[in-house]
Amino acid sequence: MAKSGFKKEKGTDFDGSFSSSKDDFTIALSGNAKVGKSVIFNQLSGSNQIVGNWPGKTVEKAQGKLYFQGQKIHVIDLPGIYSFSTFSMEEIVSREYIAHEKPDVVINVLDASVLERNLFFTLQLMEMEVPLVVCINQVDIARQKGIIIDEKKLEKALGVPVVSTVAVRGEGLRKLIEKAVKAADNPKKIPEIIKYGGEVEKRIQNLSEMIKSKKTSLNYSNRWMAIKILENDPEIIKNIKNESPEIISYANQLAYEIEKIHQEPSFAVMASERYTLANLIASGAQVQTKIDIPFSERLDKILTHPVLGYFTSALVIIGLLLWTFTIGDFLEGILSNAFSFFQPVDPQFSGAITAILWNGAFGGIVAGVTLIIPFVIPFYLMLSYIENSGLLTRVAFMMDSFMHKIGLHGKALIPLILGYGCNVPAIDSTRILETRRERLLAAFAITFAPCAARTILILGLVAIFVNIWWALALYVLDLIIIFIMGRIALKATPGESTGLIMEMHTLKLPSFSVILKQTWARTKSLIYLVFPIYIVGSALIQAFYAMGVLEPVSNFMAPLTVGWLGLPVFAGVLLIVGAVRKEFILLTLVSFVGTDLSLALNPTQFIVLAIVGMLYLPCFSTIAILIKEFGWKAASVITGANFTTALVVGGLFAKILPYFL
Amino acid sequence: MSDNESLSENIEEYLEVIYKVSLEEKKPVTTSNISKNLNIAPGSVTQMLKKLDKRGYVHYSPYKGAVLTEKGLKVASKVTRKHRLLERFLNDILKLKKDKIHSEACQMEHTLSDDAERALCQLLEQPDQCPDEAPIPACDFKFDTCEECLERKHEDVEEIGSRDENLISIISLGENEVGRVSFIRGDYKVIRRLMDMGITIGAMVSVIKLAPFKGPVEVSVRGSKLALGRDIAKNVFVELIDCESKDEDGALAHG
Repeated sequence: MAKSGFKKEKGTDFDGSFSSSKDDFTIALSGNAKVGKSVIFNQLSGSNQIVGNWPGKTVEKAQGKLYFQGQKIHVIDLPGIYSFSTFSMEEIVSREYIAHEKPDVVINVLDASVLERNLFFTLQLMEMEVPLVVCINQVDIARQKGIIIDEKKLEKALGVPVVSTVAVRGEGLRKLIEKAVKAADNPKKIPEIIKYGGEVEKRIQNLSEMIKSKKTSLNYSNRWMAIKILENDPEIIKNIKNESPEIISYANQLAYEIEKIHQEPSFAVMASERYTLANLIASGAQVQTKIDIPFSERLDKILTHPVLGYFTSALVIIGLLLWTFTIGDFLEGILSNAFSFFQPVDPQFSGAITAILWNGAFGGIVAGVTLIIPFVIPFYLMLSYIENSGLLTRVAFMMDSFMHKIGLHGKALIPLILGYGCNVPAIDSTRILETRRERLLAAFAITFAPCAARTILILGLVAIFVNIWWALALYVLDLIIIFIMGRIALKATPGESTGLIMEMHTLKLPSFSVILKQTWARTKSLIYLVFPIYIVGSALIQAFYAMGVLEPVSNFMAPLTVGWLGLPVFAGVLLIVGAVRKEFILLTLVSFVGTDLSLALNPTQFIVLAIVGMLYLPCFSTIAILIKEFGWKAASVITGANFTTALVVGGLFAKILPYFL
Repeated sequence: MSDNESLSENIEEYLEVIYKVSLEEKKPVTTSNISKNLNIAPGSVTQMLKKLDKRGYVHYSPYKGAVLTEKGLKVASKVTRKHRLLERFLNDILKLKKDKIHSEACQMEHTLSDDAERALCQLLEQPDQCPDEAPIPACDFKFDTCEECLERKHEDVEEIGSRDENLISIISLGENEVGRVSFIRGDYKVIRRLMDMGITIGAMVSVIKLAPFKGPVEVSVRGSKLALGRDIAKNVFVELIDCESKDEDGALAHG
């Protein structure tokens, strides 16, 4: 992300209280997931931020800046992680950033209610020997749970500055910045409090002495490298091995000795010892007073109740969809009015160029706007709320065993639900899953999920011209298809499923600014992907139309569309234009026959067209992101599976439905 | 049983020879050639080749000879690899006489496990030739590079802690019961992940909730709440702690 992208503007509460001209410096925010890092980041950088990806990685990178006492400060929000192993992209990105980019100070954000677990990560940051300021966030929530943390004691135990904050209300942030600036200005060496048990500590020191004597070119501290090697960290071991393999042989010997003493692998010994230390520090610095059970805990009991939990989970999902479609319907009404000047021209009168530009390119813009504003934005807003409040983790918890039936675990529910809004960001968000296989399985299931465009198709064709019950039935049918196809895909892709390991964060009212920022970031990346495809795709189809290619093609498709699916010949054209976006099927149909579609189609045809339209292809944008994330091969297999399913199901309905309708 | 074993050994011997000869001659391997190499009557060889064809290891046509199928090639290169690794081992490490090596390796190759093959390769530092300079085929392990194979040596860990009869799985913990984690079994990455999240040996765990339909388990550990899939949770074993003597840091738990 280019630095020139930053705009010079004032946007924070921390502006110009004091003037001096020092060099810019950088603060990195690091810590566990959902501890309020993003809230702090938003509070600090205000509107001055850029959200993108880390170069070459599918991990979100958020950077911003603020002015404090005349200094320009860059703030980087690192992804939320629990440890510095290398099992996830987030962990690799964070550790490489801290080790190589060397921020002037790292603010480690901790959740006050879960001090011990959070300190486990703090200790790892201290091992990296970066200038550190510890921020105990959400002290208000902790207080409700009867947990009071003594800042001073913690500061003394850790040997680094500690600040308590309630970031959502901005409390303590000024002090946090002051301490961070101070820590960056006079970098003190991190006190070596992290001593492991005698026999482990001795070996860490021996190994780090050896690394020191070999003078490796690696940009890490010797002690940290020694610890990582003994923890069996593949990255560090590989790098060291290239330079001086004898270090690794020595380390293997040491690790073996540790294993002999403790009867456990050395990585397990070290994790245990680090946690023991975290426990000691935490219990020394916090007081647990029993106050009555806070509301969030009582709510949690209901949300994960063996019976009520399913009810509330269903409520959350249905609520999300109802909200989206109620608001969406309302907004779309307004927008359609606003765009009522947009009427497709008849190319026979206006000429091909006008048709391509007006019907095609501009039509693509209109279609994009009328999808994103009414449906996608409200959906993202509510989804972000459900995510950040912790409701979604409860739903994932309840649904885990069902998700296992299609080879996924509870967390995969998040992308799947996203798929109800739009497949594209949903597939993007499969990144939260552990393995490529799981991401593929999830993406595959998502391409069948009834996204906003499919819903419009179902509503526009079936709810209006057949009845609402058939529309609902199609929704149910779609769920069944997701399940069946998911099962088939699971059987077709051998491999082991990863189990669920997920933190159940405290339920809370999420920060409004975080919700807005997240919604905007998601919407923006969707716009970048979707708009060009809409505009170009729609213009291309108009061009084909003008060249008279579409009619022969739809005649060519007639055996399929007319013979097998029992649709009119022009359905071929509909399906071609629908590849850009599913609602184009509806729009084009209107342009062919006028608003009363029942003149052209009978109820069976409405339903069959809706089914085929719903299933036959993921739209162009979805295919584009499938290619981007999984490559051509996987994308074509998924597309092929969609197409086959559409033909099979559509054909069966075309044959059976006449007996019922 | 032993019939089966000798049959599969037999198949491996045949495939090995076809593999070797076809690499040298680059055309179908004739019955007479195999017969010469294995010192078996041509009639029996033809019989066997027909059998191998039926099982999908080779394509056999009379008068022309046999060509390895993909399936056959896999078996053949695997056993050839084991054979040549063993030759190296017998030669380099055990310093046996060169003329003994071949027949010795022929005996051992069929019983050498894949784990032993991998260890042997690492011990010999990924040799690419056997003592008489024939190339050693590449392994069929799912590693991208030899470095990765070496690095992952430690990742074979599939349990930590010590198994004891008194231990129970956390899914058998009742509500309000507390256990001390004593033994974890599972995939290396899962174990590491669990430890990062605070489920280390010695940690105090209690169960908050078991989701129905074999759903996940919500546990409380080190002040945080975690949801663990049932398959992961049932492999975490704890020692039940008497509630009376329960203590924050668990030091007094033994009572």
